Amino acid sequence: MKQRRFENCHAEEWHAFAARLDRLERRPQPGAPGPLAVAELPAAYRRLCQHLAIARSRCYSDSLQARLNQLALRAHQQFYRPHPRRWQAVLDFLTADFPRRVRADARLFWLCAALLVLPLLGMALAVYRAPELIYSLLSPESVADLETLYAPDRAAPDRAASTDLAMFGYYIRNNIGIGFRTFAGGILLGVGAAFMLVLNGVFIGAISGYLTARGLTETFYAFVAGHGPFELTGIVLAGVAGLKLGWAVVAPGRLDRADALRRAAADGVRLIVGVAALLVLAAFVEAFWSSNRAIPTTIKYAAGTAGWVLVALYLSRAGRRAP
Amino acid sequence: MPQPMPSLLDTVRRIETPEGIELSLRLAGPVPRALAWVADSLIRYGVLWGLLMVLATLGGGGFGLWLIALFLMEWLYPVLFEVYVDGATPGKKALGLKVVHAGGAPVDWPAALIRNLLRAVDFLPAFYGFGLVAMTGSRDFQRLGDLAAGTVVIHRDPPAKIPPPPPGPALPPPAPLDLVEQRLLLDFAERGSALNPARQAELADLLAGFTGLRGQAGVERLRAHARWLAGEPP
Repeated sequence: MKQRRFENCHAEEWHAFAARLDRLERRPQPGAPGPLAVAELPAAYRRLCQHLAIARSRCYSDSLQARLNQLALRAHQQFYRPHPRRWQAVLDFLTADFPRRVRADARLFWLCAALLVLPLLGMALAVYRAPELIYSLLSPESVADLETLYAPDRAAPDRAASTDLAMFGYYIRNNIGIGFRTFAGGILLGVGAAFMLVLNGVFIGAISGYLTARGLTETFYAFVAGHGPFELTGIVLAGVAGLKLGWAVVAPGRLDRADALRRAAADGVRLIVGVAALLVLAAFVEAFWSSNRAIPTTIKYAAGTAGWVLVALYLSRAGRRAP
Repeated sequence: MPQPMPSLLDTVRRIETPEGIELSLRLAGPVPRALAWVADSLIRYGVLWGLLMVLATLGGGGFGLWLIALFLMEWLYPVLFEVYVDGATPGKKALGLKVVHAGGAPVDWPAALIRNLLRAVDFLPAFYGFGLVAMTGSRDFQRLGDLAAGTVVIHRDPPAKIPPPPPGPALPPPAPLDLVEQRLLLDFAERGSALNPARQAELADLLAGFTGLRGQAGVERLRAHARWLAGEPP
């Protein structure tokens, strides 16, 4: 069959097919012929695939092949689209899937925890022994800021609610940004993620060591007790997600590197969604609870302990039983 | 199946669908993608600037809301658009680009998140340095985020239409032609009008031994043969 006859035979069908695709893509063309019924779409798609194959094997002209290819591609995207996600799926993820994934990577979790905690303790001890070491990390102005921030007799007894909201925004942007960067940095053979963990450990350790040496323990530890469990766990888990990427590139096992990376990224991104949830919680606690000086110190320590227990129970127990 | 296209040199990705056919995805290179990124940046920072003007009137609390907006714009703006608005941020849409899975399906949440969170690394050490290196090293112009997510950026629409060749007489070719040769004549007739007349004549002169004609007469003769091959009435 010659090309023109082929085109004339099927022109009407292709127009109706295109009109249906326009509708599905929510940009109907005015004055288009009547679209195909949705029920007829699969059969029509298979016919179109056959037409494209014929056009190719008969070497019909480029423009006809391009036109049929475009129609088939658009239909392909309508057929093979992801299922829409329901809210139930989000809930299932947080109550079961996320802790399960963390447990599946338990060894990596402890490795990342060590990467954060060991530099933290080492630095805390070092700065506690020799407080002037803090100046190798922070400028004198930042150190002075720290001291006024945690001074027990600070003039303002309570922050205004608007300041709390401003700090909430700051923690959201800063902390979740750090979590995301830790994950992304993992693709550089894991170095980026490990670096972020160590860096965070060093800074947190130095600041706590310094404030302890200066005797500002009461205000400082009461402040960090509340959000610490969620924030530190979140950072460690961001490291897990990042190291998974790096490990896939370093040691892909029996897969080829690209496939290993894709699988690790698919796992890692689910962890990082959970991390984001943890860090939102941490930011909320930090902004509205930790900063509230009206709450007695003992209650804050109790809440901090409860937070650790809660995180440990959640990550070790949640999702063990099938729903 | 004869395929006269030099696919090794073309920026086309071929995918096989479950229906047993091959579809071609036209991959987008670094330049249109960089332009789309510039357009998106202008939109993002324009919106953030406007928000700052409004929220600044609310004092400290307003600033907190603005920081949350900043976070969303920095990380989730491309994700939301790619998942919910046809695989394209406004900047990509303006340049006719679209993000799809390497298999041709629309992107979903995990893939869009992966490719946009890894932007933080692609951007290093400055202005998408790593991303550009990864793109030039990968067959399908994938930056690191695309490699990890298994996505590609493609041109949404086929190339611009060329005006159809003028109607005229149809003539059978003087000798039988195989499929690849027929395709060559059809493509010459179809795409010739995008070239200037001198270039058309130059190309037609290559077949002077076949048509026995040179210059504009040769062009007309090849078009007549193409019409006959396409099946137009003589």
